Amino acid sequence: MEAEAARYIGAGLASMALIGAGIGIGTVFGSYLQGALRNPSAAAGQRTNLLLGFALCEATGLFGFVMSFIILFG
Amino acid sequence: MAADPMHQFEIKPIIEGPQLGPFDTTFTNSSLWMFVAVFGIIILFGLATSRKLIPGRLQSFGEICYEFIMDMIKDTTGPEAVKYFPLVFALFFFILFANLLGMNPWAFTTTSHLAVTAALSFFVVGLVFIMGIAKNGLKFFKIFAPSGLPFIMYFLIVPIEIISFIARPVALSVRLFANMMAGHVMLKVFAIFIAFLVGSGGIFAGAAIVPIIGTTAIVALEFLVAALQAFVFAILTCVYLNDVYHVDH
Repeated sequence: MEAEAARYIGAGLASMALIGAGIGIGTVFGSYLQGALRNPSAAAGQRTNLLLGFALCEATGLFGFVMSFIILFG
Repeated sequence: MAADPMHQFEIKPIIEGPQLGPFDTTFTNSSLWMFVAVFGIIILFGLATSRKLIPGRLQSFGEICYEFIMDMIKDTTGPEAVKYFPLVFALFFFILFANLLGMNPWAFTTTSHLAVTAALSFFVVGLVFIMGIAKNGLKFFKIFAPSGLPFIMYFLIVPIEIISFIARPVALSVRLFANMMAGHVMLKVFAIFIAFLVGSGGIFAGAAIVPIIGTTAIVALEFLVAALQAFVFAILTCVYLNDVYHVDH
């Protein structure tokens, strides 16, 4: 296999980390909505934790994205 | 090459400066947009703090911003951390302005460079470490060993806590940098796609309306992300400052 082709395949594989981030973000918001519909009065107080969980979750996927950019352009 | 989505992150020198030891003092477009962000904040809050008893619109805005950050610190860290208010306020508004200014056409997004975000996040984590040692002495290292665990568990927990502490600045900087870069690259890729469609002519040029709508929606999403990432950076700073005051968690 040519090195150039292997690089593109590697970049594609590295960006697969975003699959996990997508599932995770879906879980974060889904669980928040579930909890918020069960107890709407407590929902506003947990919005900070929601955004925090979203950010922490998204970061793990973006590490993979950055890896793929390093492979492509580094 | 105009069709390169990475072209927008290129740093161009504006005023050449002398080389002072390891530091290159060239004034670049990155420095220019950092100055624009800082002067924007100074002008906005200079006008907003007119100190009238009955606030006007701009002063109300300033008060809302103040209370927003103040509530964030009090809820996350506790009332004793209010002395870090200027730090969190400055960090939040610098990142917010840098992100939002970067959304303008022809503007440069300073936060899309790892060097800028890494400097901010290493400063925050270094500050937490130094202030934690200064305030608690050697007891600060208890954050690596939470109390109330079976003795054998400490062999597992302490390395994990140390690694997670070291990973903090990396995660903090890469999160902001990757979010901003990913959004801008995505916008550029979609925009190039529109140009290709229009360039091919005929029915494809008519179909270009679909990616135009899509790109507009992504621009809206990017504004949300710009504000959200500034918020996340500020609130994670508060969460890390929590370690200074509540060592025994």
